[in-house]
Amino acid sequence: MARSSQKRTERGAAAMLLGPFMVLFVATLVVPIGYAVYLSLFTERSSGLGFGGTETLFAGLGNYLHALSDPAFRDGFWVIVGYLVGYVPVMVGGALLLALLLDSTLARAKRFFQLTLYLPHAVPGLIAAIIWLYLYTPGLSPVVSAMRDSGLSWNFLSSDHALSSVVNIAVWEWIGYNVVIFYAALQAIPREVIEAASVDGAGELRTALSIKLPMIRAAVVMTVMFTIIGALQLFTEPVILNGANPAVSATWTPNMYAYDAAFRKSDYGLAAAASILLALAAAALSFVVTRVSQRRTA
Amino acid sequence: MTLTVEKTVRAEVRDPLPARPKWASKVVVNAALLLATLYTLLPLTWLLVASTRSLGGLSGDVFDFSEFQFFDNVGALTKADGGIYLRWYLNSLLYAVVGAGLGALFAVAAGYAFDKFSFKGKEKLFGLVLVGVLVPTTALALPLYLLASELGVVNTFWAVFIPVLVNPFGVYLARIFSASQVPDEVLEAARMDGAGELTTFWSISLRMLMPGFVTVFLFQFTAIWNNFFLPLVMLSDRELYPLSLGLYSWHTIVAAEREYYPLLITGALLAVVPVVVAFLSLQRHWKAGLTSGAVK
Repeated sequence: MARSSQKRTERGAAAMLLGPFMVLFVATLVVPIGYAVYLSLFTERSSGLGFGGTETLFAGLGNYLHALSDPAFRDGFWVIVGYLVGYVPVMVGGALLLALLLDSTLARAKRFFQLTLYLPHAVPGLIAAIIWLYLYTPGLSPVVSAMRDSGLSWNFLSSDHALSSVVNIAVWEWIGYNVVIFYAALQAIPREVIEAASVDGAGELRTALSIKLPMIRAAVVMTVMFTIIGALQLFTEPVILNGANPAVSATWTPNMYAYDAAFRKSDYGLAAAASILLALAAAALSFVVTRVSQRRTA
Repeated sequence: MTLTVEKTVRAEVRDPLPARPKWASKVVVNAALLLATLYTLLPLTWLLVASTRSLGGLSGDVFDFSEFQFFDNVGALTKADGGIYLRWYLNSLLYAVVGAGLGALFAVAAGYAFDKFSFKGKEKLFGLVLVGVLVPTTALALPLYLLASELGVVNTFWAVFIPVLVNPFGVYLARIFSASQVPDEVLEAARMDGAGELTTFWSISLRMLMPGFVTVFLFQFTAIWNNFFLPLVMLSDRELYPLSLGLYSWHTIVAAEREYYPLLITGALLAVVPVVVAFLSLQRHWKAGLTSGAVK
């Protein structure tokens, strides 16, 4: 009797404590996605000669087919693929290297390095992109003028270098964040394991590659997954470079395409379909990454 | 016996290497770290230096410190477009401080409930929250806009404020913190004393969860402060803009109106200050937040 009334008060308390979060969760996550799915099934067509406004027609999967058959949307995904090919090895590889260096017995001032490497992550992405745009702009940038003085000619804002210029901004923003994550994972490795390796005569390098690296695989997989999901959303950096770099069009990434569909074309059905395709792609990729990593560890 | 033999053997293997390579690799390791640090710090240093320059001085020599226009730039910034920058700053503080405060409280309460109470379908519900962590926030912004425009709340304070209150990752963190920081015995003792569950949460558990609360608050504060896509789609009234969107609106006109360059640079610098200060002063907390995700 006392037990069941205890259960009831617990349930009541749980409902009160969960309530505010769950209500907001449903209102700002579940409902908008559901509404977007609904909207993506309709299309608006102006009726007659433009009199009488527009009429809403059921389009089925028409908006999805429209988006998928639009070269601009598909090219956006190719841009993301190219971006990932450049970004993941540099950022994840670089962060791993720096974390292993920090974790080695040779590094000094570890707290200082962690902090300074992390600092760019605190800078809003929009401001990071603006800073780098100015550092890319001849006449404003000390980097460009220093390179010119030493005989290097590299135009950050030419269409050939659009991807590398965006990758650099993203690396700057995220590398330190992931150094801190990898370093924490490295610190969690039992010290006996590392001592045992060094007693067995393994040098720093050997220990890092064949002991430490395999032991933080879970953290690396997590990072790769979140990096891919983040890459699919690529928006702020190219939006800032749009206009300065001729290759970065208004529909350069899938997210820019969705934004353009909603606000320039006022085609909400298409925008909704593009957003949902984007979310599905993120879900599919994170599923694949977790699967692959599970198979490897099993 | 064998142990001593092994040790001497190993000493022989190691000894031929003189002390110098150790010293040399120490230099290489620290030089590499220093180089990476230069890469992360120099753009911010440039921003700092550029904020002291007038429009003409921006294109000049970086090492020429003969002009110091920082305070003139700040003065111009507060007067530009009728003092709109200060308005944006206040908006950002309002969105970020109140939003992160409420959001972190909701997340901690929910995480605590997931940890301490049992009810039907709990793990399924928690799984749904975790799926929410993976939903790309920008892929969500357009659906939110479409819904808000149907409800007629586009271009209002609430359209930007309410969605940022939701922090599924904060719930995940709070559940971990609750499991490690609030012993079940404390709840049992409170129950014995006849305290209600909510009173216990509010007056005992929340206090024990304070470090976790600060961590969740800090991450949410930064996320809201840095938020750009949601305000971009939701707002058209300049009076409601947060800093990110306000600076972006100046960015779009700066190519035509070059006198906005110093304003934009000084405005960007001042916009970075709160987040950097928060991270420098609350180091323990953001490391706690990052590591509980990584070590899992």
